[in-house]
Amino acid sequence: MAGARISVPSRARSGEVISIKTLFSHPMETGYRRDALGLAIPRDIVSEFVCSYDGRAVFRAELNPGIAANPYFAFSVRADRSGTLEFRWTDQDGNVTVETRELAVEP
Amino acid sequence: MTNRRSLLIGGLAAPLAGCAGRGASPAARVVVIGGGFAGASAAGTLRQLAPEVDVTLIEPNPVYTACPFSNLVIAGERRLDAQQFSYQNLKAAGINLVQQRATDVDPATRQVVLENRQVIAYDKLIMAPGIDFQWTIPGLSAGNADRMPHAWRAGAQTVLLRDQLRGMRPGGTFVMSIPEAPYRCPPGPYERASLIAHYLKQHNPKAKVLLLDGKDQFSKMSLFRAAWTTLYGDMVEWQGAADGARVVEVDAGNRTLHTDFESVSADVASVIPPQRAAAIAERAGVADASGWCPIEPRTFASMLQDNVHVIGDAAIANAMPKSAFAANAQAKLCALQVVKALNSETPVTSKLINTCYSLAAPDYGISVAGVYAPGDRAWLDVEGAGGVSPLDADIAVRRAEAGYAEDWFTTITREVFG
Repeated sequence: MAGARISVPSRARSGEVISIKTLFSHPMETGYRRDALGLAIPRDIVSEFVCSYDGRAVFRAELNPGIAANPYFAFSVRADRSGTLEFRWTDQDGNVTVETRELAVEP
Repeated sequence: MTNRRSLLIGGLAAPLAGCAGRGASPAARVVVIGGGFAGASAAGTLRQLAPEVDVTLIEPNPVYTACPFSNLVIAGERRLDAQQFSYQNLKAAGINLVQQRATDVDPATRQVVLENRQVIAYDKLIMAPGIDFQWTIPGLSAGNADRMPHAWRAGAQTVLLRDQLRGMRPGGTFVMSIPEAPYRCPPGPYERASLIAHYLKQHNPKAKVLLLDGKDQFSKMSLFRAAWTTLYGDMVEWQGAADGARVVEVDAGNRTLHTDFESVSADVASVIPPQRAAAIAERAGVADASGWCPIEPRTFASMLQDNVHVIGDAAIANAMPKSAFAANAQAKLCALQVVKALNSETPVTSKLINTCYSLAAPDYGISVAGVYAPGDRAWLDVEGAGGVSPLDADIAVRRAEAGYAEDWFTTITREVFG
Protein backbone atom coordinates (compact mmCIF):
# COMPACT_ATOMS: atom_id res chain seq x y z
CA MET A 1 0.00 0.00 0.00
CA ALA A 2 1.40 3.38 -1.00
CA GLY A 3 -0.55 5.11 1.73
CA ALA A 4 2.07 5.39 4.48
CA ARG A 5 3.65 8.73 5.29
CA ILE A 6 6.39 9.08 7.87
CA SER A 7 8.27 12.03 9.29
CA VAL A 8 11.38 11.13 11.28
CA PRO A 9 14.81 12.78 11.46
CA SER A 10 17.66 10.81 9.85
CA ARG A 11 20.13 11.74 12.58
CA ALA A 12 20.03 12.68 16.23
CA ARG A 13 22.38 13.18 19.19
CA SER A 14 22.55 10.39 21.75
CA GLY A 15 19.90 10.93 24.39
CA GLU A 16 17.89 13.34 22.23
CA VAL A 17 14.12 12.93 22.24
CA ILE A 18 13.02 12.84 18.61
CA SER A 19 9.52 13.44 17.30
CA ILE A 20 7.97 10.91 14.90
CA LYS A 21 4.80 11.44 12.88
CA THR A 22 3.00 8.84 10.78
CA LEU A 23 -0.12 8.89 8.64
CA PHE A 24 -1.69 5.88 6.99
CA SER A 25 -4.20 6.50 4.16
CA HIS A 26 -7.13 4.28 4.99
CA PRO A 27 -10.94 4.74 5.01
CA MET A 28 -11.35 3.10 8.47
CA GLU A 29 -14.82 1.96 7.44
CA THR A 30 -16.70 1.17 10.65
CA GLY A 31 -19.07 -1.48 9.29
CA TYR A 32 -22.00 0.45 10.75
CA ARG A 33 -22.71 2.63 7.73
CA ARG A 34 -25.03 1.94 4.83
CA ASP A 35 -24.61 2.94 1.21
CA ALA A 36 -27.11 4.81 -0.99
CA LEU A 37 -29.03 1.56 -1.60
CA GLY A 38 -29.29 0.83 2.12
CA LEU A 39 -26.79 -2.02 2.04
CA ALA A 40 -24.30 -2.33 4.88
CA ILE A 41 -20.80 -1.17 3.96
CA PRO A 42 -18.46 -3.91 5.23
CA ARG A 43 -16.06 -3.11 8.02
CA ASP A 44 -12.55 -2.33 6.79
CA ILE A 45 -10.11 -1.07 9.39
CA VAL A 46 -6.46 -1.01 10.28
CA SER A 47 -6.33 -2.94 13.55
CA GLU A 48 -2.77 -2.44 14.76
CA PHE A 49 0.15 -0.08 14.38
CA VAL A 50 3.59 -0.82 15.83
CA CYS A 51 6.81 1.18 15.69
CA SER A 52 9.95 -0.78 16.54
CA TYR A 53 13.38 0.72 17.18
CA ASP A 54 16.30 -1.60 16.61
CA GLY A 55 13.98 -4.60 16.93
CA ARG A 56 12.16 -3.47 20.09
CA ALA A 57 8.59 -2.12 20.07
CA VAL A 58 8.58 1.50 21.28
CA PHE A 59 5.03 2.46 20.29
CA ARG A 60 2.01 0.25 19.80
CA ALA A 61 -1.62 1.13 19.10
CA GLU A 62 -4.71 -1.01 18.78
CA LEU A 63 -7.32 0.52 16.46
CA ASN A 64 -11.06 -0.06 16.58
CA PRO A 65 -14.11 0.99 14.54
CA GLY A 66 -14.88 4.64 15.21
CA ILE A 67 -11.29 5.80 14.82
CA ALA A 68 -11.22 8.35 12.02
CA ALA A 69 -10.00 7.71 8.49
CA ASN A 70 -6.29 8.08 7.79
CA PRO A 71 -4.99 7.20 11.27
CA TYR A 72 -2.32 9.65 12.33
CA PHE A 73 0.12 9.04 15.18
CA ALA A 74 2.66 11.46 16.57
CA PHE A 75 4.94 10.26 19.33
CA SER A 76 8.41 10.71 20.79
CA VAL A 77 11.34 8.30 21.09
CA ARG A 78 14.64 8.73 22.94
CA ALA A 79 17.47 8.21 20.45
CA ASP A 80 20.18 6.21 22.22
CA ARG A 81 21.72 4.11 19.44
CA SER A 82 21.91 3.96 15.66
CA GLY A 83 19.44 1.55 14.21
CA THR A 84 16.40 0.87 12.12
CA LEU A 85 12.95 2.25 12.87
CA GLU A 86 10.30 -0.09 11.57
CA PHE A 87 6.69 1.01 11.08
CA ARG A 88 4.12 -1.75 10.73
CA TRP A 89 0.41 -1.39 10.03
CA THR A 90 -1.78 -4.51 10.11
CA ASP A 91 -5.36 -4.48 8.84
CA GLN A 92 -8.26 -6.61 10.10
CA ASP A 93 -7.52 -9.27 7.48
CA GLY A 94 -3.86 -9.58 8.44
CA ASN A 95 -2.48 -7.59 5.50
CA VAL A 96 0.72 -5.91 6.61
CA THR A 97 2.38 -2.73 5.41
CA VAL A 98 5.96 -2.17 6.58
CA GLU A 99 8.18 0.87 6.14
CA THR A 100 11.64 1.38 7.59
CA ARG A 101 13.86 4.40 8.25
CA GLU A 102 17.48 4.45 9.36
CA LEU A 103 18.40 6.61 12.31
CA ALA A 104 22.04 7.60 12.82
CA VAL A 105 22.84 8.56 16.42
CA GLU A 106 26.00 10.53 17.17
CA PRO A 107 27.52 10.22 20.62
CA MET B 1 -49.27 26.82 -0.72
CA THR B 2 -50.06 29.08 2.22
CA ASN B 3 -50.15 32.84 2.11
CA ARG B 4 -47.02 32.96 4.16
CA ARG B 5 -45.11 30.91 1.64
CA SER B 6 -46.31 33.02 -1.27
CA LEU B 7 -45.21 36.07 0.64
CA LEU B 8 -41.69 34.68 0.97
CA ILE B 9 -41.49 33.54 -2.58
CA GLY B 10 -42.87 36.82 -3.84
CA GLY B 11 -39.80 38.61 -2.57
CA LEU B 12 -41.44 39.82 0.63
CA ALA B 13 -42.63 42.91 -1.19
CA ALA B 14 -46.06 43.21 0.42
CA PRO B 15 -46.25 44.79 3.87
CA LEU B 16 -47.57 42.48 6.55
CA ALA B 17 -51.14 43.11 7.57
CA GLY B 18 -50.13 42.83 11.22
CA CYS B 19 -47.65 45.66 10.96
CA ALA B 20 -50.28 48.28 10.35
CA GLY B 21 -51.67 48.06 13.85
CA ARG B 22 -48.81 49.64 15.79
CA GLY B 23 -50.56 53.00 15.74
CA ALA B 24 -48.99 55.71 17.87
CA SER B 25 -46.59 53.52 19.82
CA PRO B 26 -42.94 54.43 19.23
CA ALA B 27 -41.34 52.83 16.20
CA ALA B 28 -39.58 49.56 16.92
CA ARG B 29 -35.82 49.75 16.40
CA VAL B 30 -34.09 46.98 14.48
CA VAL B 31 -30.32 47.24 14.15
CA VAL B 32 -28.33 45.19 11.64
CA ILE B 33 -24.59 44.69 12.08
CA GLY B 34 -22.76 44.02 8.82
CA GLY B 35 -23.53 45.12 5.27
CA GLY B 36 -22.65 41.98 3.32
CA PHE B 37 -25.11 39.79 1.46
CA ALA B 38 -26.77 38.75 4.74
CA GLY B 39 -26.94 42.10 6.54
CA ALA B 40 -27.79 44.28 3.54
CA SER B 41 -30.51 41.80 2.50
CA ALA B 42 -31.95 41.81 6.02
CA ALA B 43 -32.02 45.61 6.22
CA GLY B 44 -33.62 45.93 2.78
CA THR B 45 -36.22 43.29 3.53
CA LEU B 46 -37.12 44.87 6.87
CA ARG B 47 -37.56 48.21 5.14
CA GLN B 48 -39.96 46.66 2.58
CA LEU B 49 -41.86 44.50 5.05
CA ALA B 50 -42.38 46.99 7.84
CA PRO B 51 -42.18 50.64 6.77
CA GLU B 52 -42.96 51.79 10.30
CA VAL B 53 -39.92 50.06 11.81
CA ASP B 54 -36.74 52.07 12.37
CA VAL B 55 -33.98 50.15 10.54
CA THR B 56 -30.29 50.88 11.12
CA LEU B 57 -27.45 49.23 9.20
CA ILE B 58 -24.00 49.43 10.78
CA GLU B 59 -21.20 48.89 8.26
CA PRO B 60 -17.74 50.50 8.35
CA ASN B 61 -17.00 50.30 4.60
CA PRO B 62 -18.58 52.88 2.28
CA VAL B 63 -18.57 50.34 -0.55
CA TYR B 64 -19.18 46.60 -0.48
CA THR B 65 -16.77 44.35 -2.37
CA ALA B 66 -18.45 41.04 -3.19
CA CYS B 67 -16.63 37.71 -2.94
CA PRO B 68 -18.65 35.73 -5.52
CA PHE B 69 -16.99 36.18 -8.92
CA SER B 70 -13.84 37.66 -7.33
CA ASN B 71 -11.88 34.59 -8.47
CA LEU B 72 -12.36 35.99 -11.99
CA VAL B 73 -10.56 39.14 -10.83
CA ILE B 74 -7.62 37.02 -9.66
CA ALA B 75 -7.57 35.35 -13.09
CA GLY B 76 -7.51 38.76 -14.80
CA GLU B 77 -10.94 38.19 -16.39
CA ARG B 78 -12.86 40.83 -14.44
CA ARG B 79 -12.22 44.22 -12.90
CA LEU B 80 -12.46 44.64 -9.15
CA ASP B 81 -14.91 47.52 -9.53
CA ALA B 82 -17.40 45.08 -11.11
CA GLN B 83 -17.47 43.52 -7.61
CA GLN B 84 -18.21 46.78 -5.81
CA PHE B 85 -21.56 48.09 -4.67
CA SER B 86 -22.54 51.25 -2.85
CA TYR B 87 -25.04 51.46 0.00
CA GLN B 88 -26.64 54.59 -1.44
CA ASN B 89 -29.80 52.82 -2.62
CA LEU B 90 -30.34 51.27 0.80
CA LYS B 91 -29.92 54.74 2.31
CA ALA B 92 -32.35 56.20 -0.20
CA ALA B 93 -34.87 53.51 0.76
CA GLY B 94 -34.93 54.94 4.28
CA ILE B 95 -32.41 52.76 6.11
CA ASN B 96 -30.24 54.59 8.66
CA LEU B 97 -26.75 53.87 7.39
CA VAL B 98 -24.11 54.18 10.10
CA GLN B 99 -20.63 54.05 8.62
CA GLN B 100 -18.87 52.81 11.72
CA ARG B 101 -17.46 49.58 13.04
CA ALA B 102 -19.51 47.96 15.82
CA THR B 103 -17.07 47.17 18.63
CA ASP B 104 -19.36 45.83 21.33
CA VAL B 105 -22.87 44.58 21.98
CA ASP B 106 -24.59 44.43 25.35
CA PRO B 107 -27.60 42.13 25.00
CA ALA B 108 -28.67 42.89 28.61
CA THR B 109 -29.28 46.59 27.90
CA ARG B 110 -29.86 46.00 24.14
CA GLN B 111 -27.16 48.37 22.99
CA VAL B 112 -24.52 48.34 20.28
CA VAL B 113 -21.33 50.34 20.88
CA LEU B 114 -19.53 51.80 17.87
CA GLU B 115 -15.86 52.54 17.34
CA ASN B 116 -16.55 56.27 17.83
CA ARG B 117 -18.10 55.40 21.26
CA GLN B 118 -21.58 56.18 20.01
CA VAL B 119 -24.24 53.87 21.45
CA ILE B 120 -27.20 52.61 19.43
CA ALA B 121 -30.17 51.03 21.22
CA TYR B 122 -32.23 48.27 19.65
CA ASP B 123 -35.35 46.24 20.24
CA LYS B 124 -34.09 43.49 17.93
CA LEU B 125 -30.55 43.02 16.69
CA ILE B 126 -29.63 41.09 13.55
CA MET B 127 -25.95 40.21 13.45
CA ALA B 128 -24.44 39.45 10.06
CA PRO B 129 -20.78 40.11 10.86
CA GLY B 130 -19.27 37.50 8.53
CA ILE B 131 -15.96 35.85 9.27
CA ASP B 132 -12.63 36.58 10.87
CA PHE B 133 -9.49 34.60 10.20
CA GLN B 134 -7.92 32.40 12.83
CA TRP B 135 -4.17 32.92 12.66
CA THR B 136 -3.48 29.45 14.01
CA ILE B 137 -1.09 28.20 11.31
CA PRO B 138 2.37 28.80 12.79
CA GLY B 139 4.29 31.31 10.67
CA LEU B 140 1.20 33.02 9.26
CA SER B 141 -0.20 36.25 10.68
CA ALA B 142 -2.29 39.22 9.68
CA GLY B 143 1.02 41.07 9.35
CA ASN B 144 2.61 38.80 6.74
CA ALA B 145 -0.50 37.50 4.96
CA ASP B 146 0.35 39.68 1.94
CA ARG B 147 3.20 37.23 1.21
CA MET B 148 0.63 34.44 0.81
CA PRO B 149 -2.64 36.29 0.11
CA HIS B 150 -5.80 34.50 1.25
CA ALA B 151 -7.95 36.88 -0.84
CA TRP B 152 -10.85 35.40 1.12
CA ARG B 153 -12.30 38.86 1.68
CA ALA B 154 -12.57 40.47 -1.70
CA GLY B 155 -10.57 43.69 -2.06
CA ALA B 156 -6.89 44.57 -1.82
CA GLN B 157 -5.75 40.95 -1.43
CA THR B 158 -7.71 39.89 -4.51
CA VAL B 159 -5.73 42.34 -6.63
CA LEU B 160 -2.50 41.44 -4.83
CA LEU B 161 -2.87 37.74 -5.64
CA ARG B 162 -3.69 38.58 -9.27
CA ASP B 163 -0.55 40.71 -9.53
CA GLN B 164 1.66 38.10 -7.85
CA LEU B 165 0.44 35.52 -10.39
CA ARG B 166 1.14 37.93 -13.25
CA GLY B 167 4.69 38.31 -11.97
CA MET B 168 5.32 34.60 -11.40
CA ARG B 169 8.42 33.19 -13.12
CA PRO B 170 7.81 31.00 -16.18
CA GLY B 171 7.20 27.40 -15.10
CA GLY B 172 6.66 28.44 -11.47
CA THR B 173 4.43 26.74 -8.93
CA PHE B 174 1.33 28.26 -7.40
CA VAL B 175 0.42 26.58 -4.11
CA MET B 176 -2.86 27.02 -2.23
CA SER B 177 -3.58 25.85 1.30
CA ILE B 178 -7.25 25.01 1.88
CA PRO B 179 -8.70 24.74 5.39
CA GLU B 180 -10.94 22.11 6.90
CA ALA B 181 -14.68 22.83 6.99
CA PRO B 182 -16.49 24.96 7.98
CA TYR B 183 -15.31 28.00 6.08
CA ARG B 184 -16.84 30.65 3.81
CA CYS B 185 -17.75 29.42 0.31
CA PRO B 186 -17.00 25.66 0.31
CA PRO B 187 -16.32 25.35 -3.47
CA GLY B 188 -14.45 28.68 -3.65
CA PRO B 189 -10.88 27.34 -3.38
CA TYR B 190 -11.48 24.87 -6.22
CA GLU B 191 -13.02 27.52 -8.46
CA ARG B 192 -9.99 29.68 -7.71
CA ALA B 193 -7.60 26.86 -8.63
CA SER B 194 -9.52 26.37 -11.89
CA LEU B 195 -9.53 30.01 -12.92
CA ILE B 196 -5.87 30.44 -12.00
CA ALA B 197 -5.09 27.40 -14.17
CA HIS B 198 -7.11 29.04 -16.93
CA TYR B 199 -4.95 32.17 -16.63
CA LEU B 200 -1.69 30.21 -16.45
CA LYS B 201 -2.59 28.01 -19.43
CA GLN B 202 -2.59 31.15 -21.57
CA HIS B 203 0.23 33.15 -19.99
CA ASN B 204 2.51 30.66 -18.22
CA PRO B 205 1.73 27.23 -19.70
CA LYS B 206 4.51 25.30 -17.93
CA ALA B 207 3.39 26.51 -14.49
CA LYS B 208 1.86 24.20 -11.88
CA VAL B 209 -1.10 24.59 -9.53
CA LEU B 210 -0.72 22.55 -6.34
CA LEU B 211 -3.55 22.33 -3.82
CA LEU B 212 -2.77 21.25 -0.26
CA ASP B 213 -6.07 20.41 1.40
CA GLY B 214 -7.03 19.64 5.00
CA LYS B 215 -9.93 17.48 3.77
CA ASP B 216 -10.43 14.31 1.75
CA GLN B 217 -13.63 15.43 0.05
CA PHE B 218 -14.84 18.76 -1.25
CA SER B 219 -17.83 20.41 -2.87
CA LYS B 220 -18.45 19.31 -6.48
CA MET B 221 -15.27 17.22 -6.23
CA SER B 222 -15.94 14.87 -9.17
CA LEU B 223 -17.00 17.76 -11.40
CA PHE B 224 -13.96 19.85 -10.56
CA ARG B 225 -11.51 16.98 -10.97
CA ALA B 226 -13.00 16.01 -14.33
CA ALA B 227 -12.89 19.64 -15.48
CA TRP B 228 -9.26 20.02 -14.41
CA THR B 229 -8.22 17.00 -16.50
CA THR B 230 -10.30 18.10 -19.49
CA LEU B 231 -9.31 21.74 -19.44
CA TYR B 232 -5.84 21.82 -17.91
CA GLY B 233 -4.28 18.34 -18.36
CA ASP B 234 -1.94 17.74 -15.44
CA MET B 235 -1.43 21.38 -14.48
CA VAL B 236 -3.63 21.10 -11.36
CA GLU B 237 -2.58 18.68 -8.63
CA TRP B 238 -4.76 18.14 -5.56
CA GLN B 239 -3.55 16.46 -2.37
CA GLY B 240 -5.92 15.79 0.52
CA ALA B 241 -5.81 14.76 4.14
CA ALA B 242 -5.19 11.12 3.21
CA ASP B 243 -2.02 12.30 1.46
CA GLY B 244 -0.94 14.07 4.65
CA ALA B 245 -1.34 17.38 2.80
CA ARG B 246 -2.79 19.47 5.65
CA VAL B 247 -0.56 22.54 6.01
CA VAL B 248 0.73 22.74 9.59
CA GLU B 249 3.26 25.57 9.30
CA VAL B 250 4.39 28.16 6.77
CA ASP B 251 7.44 30.32 6.23
CA ALA B 252 5.91 33.41 4.67
CA GLY B 253 9.30 35.01 4.01
CA ASN B 254 10.43 32.42 1.48
CA ARG B 255 6.93 31.14 0.61
CA THR B 256 7.43 27.64 1.97
CA LEU B 257 4.51 25.52 3.17
CA HIS B 258 5.05 22.62 5.53
CA THR B 259 2.80 19.60 5.93
CA ASP B 260 3.57 16.97 8.56
CA PHE B 261 5.57 15.08 5.97
CA GLU B 262 6.83 17.47 3.32
CA SER B 263 7.99 21.02 2.64
CA VAL B 264 6.79 22.71 -0.53
CA SER B 265 8.40 25.80 -2.05
CA ALA B 266 5.96 28.07 -3.85
CA ASP B 267 6.62 30.85 -6.33
CA VAL B 268 3.21 32.29 -5.50
CA ALA B 269 1.08 31.06 -2.61
CA SER B 270 -2.42 31.58 -1.31
CA VAL B 271 -3.00 30.37 2.23
CA ILE B 272 -6.65 30.43 3.23
CA PRO B 273 -6.63 30.42 7.03
CA PRO B 274 -9.19 28.62 9.18
CA GLN B 275 -12.10 30.88 10.04
CA ARG B 276 -14.65 31.70 12.72
CA ALA B 277 -17.47 34.19 13.18
CA ALA B 278 -16.17 37.78 13.25
CA ALA B 279 -14.90 38.93 16.64
CA ILE B 280 -17.97 41.07 17.41
CA ALA B 281 -19.96 37.81 17.71
CA GLU B 282 -17.81 36.75 20.62
CA ARG B 283 -18.08 40.24 22.19
CA ALA B 284 -21.87 39.94 21.95
CA GLY B 285 -21.81 36.49 23.54
CA VAL B 286 -23.50 34.82 20.58
CA ALA B 287 -20.55 32.61 19.51
CA ASP B 288 -19.92 29.24 21.15
CA ALA B 289 -16.68 27.34 21.70
CA SER B 290 -16.56 26.42 18.00
CA GLY B 291 -16.16 30.11 17.17
CA TRP B 292 -19.48 30.14 15.27
CA CYS B 293 -22.97 31.20 16.37
CA PRO B 294 -25.62 28.63 17.32
CA ILE B 295 -29.13 29.63 16.27
CA GLU B 296 -32.68 28.42 16.63
CA PRO B 297 -33.12 27.16 13.04
CA ARG B 298 -36.59 28.43 12.23
CA THR B 299 -36.00 32.05 13.27
CA PHE B 300 -32.19 32.46 13.34
CA ALA B 301 -32.60 33.67 16.94
CA SER B 302 -29.37 33.27 18.89
CA MET B 303 -29.37 30.26 21.20
CA LEU B 304 -27.22 32.26 23.61
CA GLN B 305 -28.73 35.79 23.81
CA ASP B 306 -32.26 37.16 23.74
CA ASN B 307 -33.38 39.62 21.06
CA VAL B 308 -30.37 38.83 18.88
CA HIS B 309 -30.50 36.94 15.57
CA VAL B 310 -27.48 35.73 13.63
CA ILE B 311 -27.44 35.11 9.87
CA GLY B 312 -24.96 34.52 7.08
CA ASP B 313 -21.46 33.07 7.35
CA ALA B 314 -21.26 33.64 11.14
CA ALA B 315 -24.27 31.44 11.90
CA ILE B 316 -24.25 27.68 12.39
CA ALA B 317 -26.79 26.73 9.73
CA ASN B 318 -25.59 23.11 9.58
CA ALA B 319 -26.37 21.64 6.17
CA MET B 320 -26.68 25.11 4.58
CA PRO B 321 -23.33 26.25 3.21
CA LYS B 322 -21.73 29.61 3.97
CA SER B 323 -22.64 31.21 0.65
CA ALA B 324 -24.00 34.53 -0.57
CA PHE B 325 -27.14 32.77 -1.82
CA ALA B 326 -27.74 31.17 1.59
CA ALA B 327 -26.99 34.44 3.39
CA ASN B 328 -29.56 36.28 1.28
CA ALA B 329 -32.20 33.57 1.82
CA GLN B 330 -31.56 33.45 5.56
CA ALA B 331 -31.75 37.26 5.74
CA LYS B 332 -35.18 37.41 4.13
CA LEU B 333 -36.58 34.73 6.40
CA CYS B 334 -34.96 36.25 9.50
CA ALA B 335 -36.31 39.73 8.66
CA LEU B 336 -39.80 38.28 8.39
CA GLN B 337 -39.45 36.48 11.74
CA VAL B 338 -38.18 39.66 13.43
CA VAL B 339 -41.19 41.62 12.15
CA LYS B 340 -43.46 38.79 13.34
CA ALA B 341 -41.86 38.89 16.78
CA LEU B 342 -42.25 42.69 17.00
CA ASN B 343 -45.94 42.19 16.28
CA SER B 344 -46.21 39.35 18.82
CA GLU B 345 -47.07 36.91 16.03
CA THR B 346 -45.90 33.33 15.87
CA PRO B 347 -42.98 32.60 13.55
CA VAL B 348 -43.52 31.00 10.17
CA THR B 349 -41.89 27.73 9.15
CA SER B 350 -40.19 27.87 5.79
CA LYS B 351 -37.74 25.81 3.84
CA LEU B 352 -34.82 27.60 2.21
CA ILE B 353 -32.83 26.90 -0.92
CA ASN B 354 -29.25 27.45 -1.97
CA THR B 355 -27.48 27.30 -5.31
CA CYS B 356 -23.73 27.64 -5.67
CA TYR B 357 -22.33 28.13 -9.14
CA SER B 358 -18.63 27.65 -9.73
CA LEU B 359 -16.59 28.38 -12.81
CA ALA B 360 -14.04 25.77 -13.86
CA ALA B 361 -13.21 28.23 -16.68
CA PRO B 362 -14.88 31.55 -17.57
CA ASP B 363 -17.23 29.72 -19.94
CA TYR B 364 -17.47 26.44 -18.01
CA GLY B 365 -19.98 26.50 -15.15
CA ILE B 366 -20.98 23.81 -12.67
CA SER B 367 -23.48 24.05 -9.84
CA VAL B 368 -24.81 22.46 -6.69
CA ALA B 369 -28.29 23.15 -5.39
CA GLY B 370 -29.89 22.17 -2.10
CA VAL B 371 -33.19 22.50 -0.28
CA TYR B 372 -33.09 22.82 3.49
CA ALA B 373 -35.71 22.43 6.19
CA PRO B 374 -35.49 23.75 9.76
CA GLY B 375 -35.42 20.91 12.28
CA ASP B 376 -35.65 21.43 16.03
CA ARG B 377 -31.93 21.79 16.42
CA ALA B 378 -30.49 22.09 12.91
CA TRP B 379 -31.05 23.07 9.31
CA LEU B 380 -31.40 19.75 7.52
CA ASP B 381 -30.76 18.81 3.93
CA VAL B 382 -34.00 17.70 2.24
CA GLU B 383 -32.98 14.36 0.78
CA GLY B 384 -33.63 13.92 -2.90
CA ALA B 385 -34.07 17.65 -3.52
CA GLY B 386 -31.39 19.65 -5.28
CA GLY B 387 -28.31 18.00 -6.73
CA VAL B 388 -25.21 18.77 -8.75
CA SER B 389 -24.58 19.30 -12.46
CA PRO B 390 -24.32 16.01 -14.37
CA LEU B 391 -20.79 14.63 -14.68
CA ASP B 392 -21.18 13.72 -18.35
CA ALA B 393 -22.84 16.92 -19.58
CA ASP B 394 -22.16 18.44 -22.96
CA ILE B 395 -19.91 21.49 -23.20
CA ALA B 396 -23.01 23.50 -24.17
CA VAL B 397 -24.45 22.75 -20.71
CA ARG B 398 -21.25 24.02 -19.06
CA ARG B 399 -21.40 27.19 -21.16
CA ALA B 400 -25.05 27.70 -20.27
CA GLU B 401 -24.33 27.24 -16.56
CA ALA B 402 -21.54 29.84 -16.75
CA GLY B 403 -24.20 32.18 -18.11
CA TYR B 404 -26.60 31.28 -15.29
CA ALA B 405 -23.84 32.05 -12.80
CA GLU B 406 -23.43 35.55 -14.20
CA ASP B 407 -27.21 36.05 -14.25
CA TRP B 408 -27.41 34.96 -10.63
CA PHE B 409 -24.73 37.46 -9.60
CA THR B 410 -26.45 40.29 -11.48
CA THR B 411 -29.81 39.39 -9.98
CA ILE B 412 -28.72 39.02 -6.38
CA THR B 413 -26.55 42.14 -6.29
CA ARG B 414 -29.36 44.16 -7.88
CA GLU B 415 -31.84 42.80 -5.36
CA VAL B 416 -29.60 43.49 -2.37
CA PHE B 417 -27.86 46.75 -3.32
CA GLY B 418 -30.35 48.16 -5.82
